[in-house]
Amino acid sequence: MNTKKEIEMPEALTLLELPQTLTGEERSLISISKLNLFYDQVQALHNVNMEIYPRRITALIGPSGCGKSTLIKSINRMNDLVADCRIQGSILLDGEDIYARGMDVNLLRKRVGMVFQKPNPFPMSVYDNIAFGPRTHGVKKKAELDALVERALYDAALLDELKDGLRRSALALSGGQQQRLCIARALAVEPEVLLMDEPTSALDPISTARIEELALALKERYTIVIVTHNMQQALRISDQTAFFLLGELVEYNHTLQIFSEPEDPRTDDYVKGRFG
Amino acid sequence: MSGGDVQSGAGALRSSAGPMQEDAAHRAALRARGAAFVQRSLVRLAAVLTLAILLSIIAYIAVMGLPHISGDLFSFSYNSMNLSLMPALINTLLMTVLSLAIALPLGLGAAIFLVEYTGRSNRFVQIVRLMAETLTGIPSIVYGLFGLLFFVTALGWHLSLLSGALTLAIMILPVILRTAEEALKAVPDAYREGSFSLGAGRLRTVLKVLLPAAIPGILAGVILSIGRIFGESAALIFTAGTVAELPESLFDSTRTLSVHMYVLASEGLHIDKAYATAVVLLVIVFAINMLSAFVASRLTKGGGEGAGHA
Repeated sequence: MNTKKEIEMPEALTLLELPQTLTGEERSLISISKLNLFYDQVQALHNVNMEIYPRRITALIGPSGCGKSTLIKSINRMNDLVADCRIQGSILLDGEDIYARGMDVNLLRKRVGMVFQKPNPFPMSVYDNIAFGPRTHGVKKKAELDALVERALYDAALLDELKDGLRRSALALSGGQQQRLCIARALAVEPEVLLMDEPTSALDPISTARIEELALALKERYTIVIVTHNMQQALRISDQTAFFLLGELVEYNHTLQIFSEPEDPRTDDYVKGRFG
Repeated sequence: MSGGDVQSGAGALRSSAGPMQEDAAHRAALRARGAAFVQRSLVRLAAVLTLAILLSIIAYIAVMGLPHISGDLFSFSYNSMNLSLMPALINTLLMTVLSLAIALPLGLGAAIFLVEYTGRSNRFVQIVRLMAETLTGIPSIVYGLFGLLFFVTALGWHLSLLSGALTLAIMILPVILRTAEEALKAVPDAYREGSFSLGAGRLRTVLKVLLPAAIPGILAGVILSIGRIFGESAALIFTAGTVAELPESLFDSTRTLSVHMYVLASEGLHIDKAYATAVVLLVIVFAINMLSAFVASRLTKGGGEGAGHA
């Protein structure tokens, strides 16, 4: 199974081998421009401009409260649920303005899946958890659902562990399994983008490593945006890294560039552990 | 003993820094242990007393009622010889089902609206909550008088099953509203986020994720309501009347078990039968509580267990 492959050590790469993604030769999937976001009177994001490329892992790093979670919650419009949240600027998904009037938010969230900081499986069986999304979007046939559930479990590297326990309550799983179940649940609606909001912050190191392996395997087919507090994690799995500070995008570049030769001294201080 | 405690307490305070420090510490420890003993004894006493009172009521009713339970107490029609409780028993169940059928959808719907469709600190929500709390505390006779004036007289439904059931529905509505509201609020926001993030709309989130998770709390409200319906007599005497027959339509007068007991007791001729009825009522309430606890535990097991293992 391809999810079992070793995590590639970024040290082994050289800058020459990096994909030419930030040079404009490749078309971005998500295009964020002049994004300003306010919670009531407080401005949480200041004029963020950012291109996110398909089938890569983009990591958002920065100290707590820097706006990185706020930013990914804008990409699937989860911020709509927060009262008094105002947004200016635009986010284009495949050329389409997701904040345009007439945009179907539920359809957007089908295209842009999300995994949360703490695993949040529903209090139902493993099967029903994964089938929830497809059922929401109109899949009714049992055979079709069965196939989708199995596929999602396989993609989330859970099939071997859970294929005999599909009727078990999802709440009986371990924390790491629950988080992979949440990934499977998100994959079952066949999204284009997977947003991960600190997906390993509540997990032990072994479960964390499995989620990271999974993310690396999934980027073959999905565009992944991951928020992380863990700089080693960003270095291990991401292709691009964006550094945020106080709601501003300070620097956005190839991950190795950010961690070896950042252009901005604030990025340098942060990645070398001088603050944050 | 307590006098000694007070003295040594004062002593310990005065000599806290002096040469008698060790002695004082020892006394303080003793005193703490004594206080703990007293507290524990008081709590135990309260528990034992509560249990004793409850058990003695049940025992008293059983002793007074059990010898008078006989076959004709359960015959299908009531007359002044058999004093059957069967019509009243069936009426009670009818009344319960009818009241709940009216109040549960209303209360649940209102709770869903208040929790899921309006802001948490909405002014309207606060007003509704205040009113619901006030209504919960109103004596049932007030509801009875309202039912008499409105359903019985103004709408001309007479003393009837329907008038009684609607009155009871109004009475239990705030109970169901408040408990369902609390149950929904107790559902973690993570479930809402999870559901919305998969592209589910609000209605689907409520029906498929939130309500199933809130069922134990909602059931608690239903049980409370059933208790109130079973125990209600004053409001029903004014709205459903006291006819000891099975109703042929919604507009027939009926008596529930509580009203039946009230009538038997107030006539003064059949106190023994009133006690026998009380035993039956106790058994039914107990059974309903057991049943709903069982249902709640089945429904909370994540919906997964048992369905496909075999």
